[in-house]
Amino acid sequence: MIFEQFKRSLAITKKDLFIFYLKGPVVISGLLIPAFLFIAFVFGRELPLNFLIPSLLGMTLFVTVSSIGPIIAPWETRMRTFERLVSAPIALWAIILGDIIASLSFGLFITFFIFLVSIVLLGAEIISLSLIAGTILAAFCFSSMGLLISAPPTDNPSNIMMLSTLIKFPLIFISGIFIPISEMGNWKFISYISPLTYYTDLTRYSVQGISYFAPVVDLLALFGFSILFFVIAVKWHEKSLAKRF
Amino acid sequence: MKYAIRVENLTKRFNGFAAVDGISFTVEGGELFGLLGPNGAGKTTTIRMLTGVLKPTTGTAHIGEYDIQKNPLEAKQLMGIVPEMANAYVDLSALNNLFLIGELYGIQKGKRVEKAESLLKLFELYDKKHQKVKTFSKGMTQRLIVAMGLMNDPQLLFLDEPTSGLDVESVRLIRELIRDFNDKGTTIILTTHNIEEANQLCDRVAIMNHGKIVAIDRPEKLKRTIQSTTSIEVAFTTKVNVEDLMFDKVNEVKKIGDKLRLYAEKPEDVIPMVVKYSQSSRNKIISLNTMGPNLEDVFLKLIKKEEK
Repeated sequence: MIFEQFKRSLAITKKDLFIFYLKGPVVISGLLIPAFLFIAFVFGRELPLNFLIPSLLGMTLFVTVSSIGPIIAPWETRMRTFERLVSAPIALWAIILGDIIASLSFGLFITFFIFLVSIVLLGAEIISLSLIAGTILAAFCFSSMGLLISAPPTDNPSNIMMLSTLIKFPLIFISGIFIPISEMGNWKFISYISPLTYYTDLTRYSVQGISYFAPVVDLLALFGFSILFFVIAVKWHEKSLAKRF
Repeated sequence: MKYAIRVENLTKRFNGFAAVDGISFTVEGGELFGLLGPNGAGKTTTIRMLTGVLKPTTGTAHIGEYDIQKNPLEAKQLMGIVPEMANAYVDLSALNNLFLIGELYGIQKGKRVEKAESLLKLFELYDKKHQKVKTFSKGMTQRLIVAMGLMNDPQLLFLDEPTSGLDVESVRLIRELIRDFNDKGTTIILTTHNIEEANQLCDRVAIMNHGKIVAIDRPEKLKRTIQSTTSIEVAFTTKVNVEDLMFDKVNEVKKIGDKLRLYAEKPEDVIPMVVKYSQSSRNKIISLNTMGPNLEDVFLKLIKKEEK
């Protein structure tokens, strides 16, 4: 039963990729937005490359994975396709999982490209292969967060985009991307609430060989946030369903 | 399967307001069942509860042997659905829309392709199968949406306003296909504003108002409950004032297009008066028909009774 539902999730993934992701402007903006953020960050500052690469990877994965996912539900509500999906024999969790897989696939594709640039052009040395497991886990986590943001029952994608920006941007600033956690003083405890903190920390361990938390703590935290976001997203979408139509 | 649907005391409240208020009914396997009612009567909310989109506040609904609350996936597997105002994915082709539905119902790839192509032929969309739906007219899109509802060979098909606002050709095609699928044994639940459509297609109709079922029976039996609304319909060569035809035995005169409908308990007594009027006014009769009550009369009478 669960395997059958998972197969149906992949149908949702395929649909999402066709409709929302595999479009020139989306792919280009997926590459450009992290690049612009990165340039703004490094311009005029003399920072070592092995500090910059984890920041770039963290930002790229976080921004790309959570960029489109939040607008799928309001867009489908507005286009009147959501009712057909929920009246089909696919569980709501499987629909959400399908959206998450589409989102993480897109984010991983863009991040893989940044990985290649980092290794081939910038000469970064990636020490830990746990980064690969961590990247996939983090992609699932950030994507689930995006689906959680999309739960309010609106048919206006711009409302959700605004909410998404309000949540995502502060997280980028408190997650050790621009300032290492160890240098955040008393504010470092705020960074613990951000899942991005643990991914950035893991990439620092993999690239620089140093980290604030042990890699296993980073992986466990990402796993915990993933489960938490996914479960709350499903529950919240269930609750908001009656108000969508 | 004796009953395709069993509904018991189904209620849906939104912030205390009862959109559907304790309705109970059954639909037999193979039946073409109509849900009629004015806007806000609770038809779409009823369909949304039966298709598992909304949870009822109280009451139960069984689809075949499955309780839609307890076994939603099994119940949904039996259904095909054409929701009101639903849309296909406009950025996908007609074929890919059908494939998506096929995958959501777990249909194997080979059968999925075969079924999608046969439906596109049936709905006269085969030539456009690779075109994105955004290039389709409203009628073509609606035909595709109905085809999507049939992708899983459903035992039970829900059609919520399937012909609303469509061109004549699409309406004709969809109605013919509804009849054909019903003849082949598919149980059909048709929600419509169009009383004549329900009259032509349905084995039984339920008339809803203010969230309740005010009447449920075969259309002809419902018509018989208001025999007093017999009438004659007459058309003259030149325009006639409604007041000129208010003869003694006529209860009411209504203008319907270029015709006038004279309501009377005994239409046969009114016909000579109409003929006499025609002769005296030198205004020839083009057509004259005696009419029984139609489903619209029943509908309006029941709704008015409810309002009182």
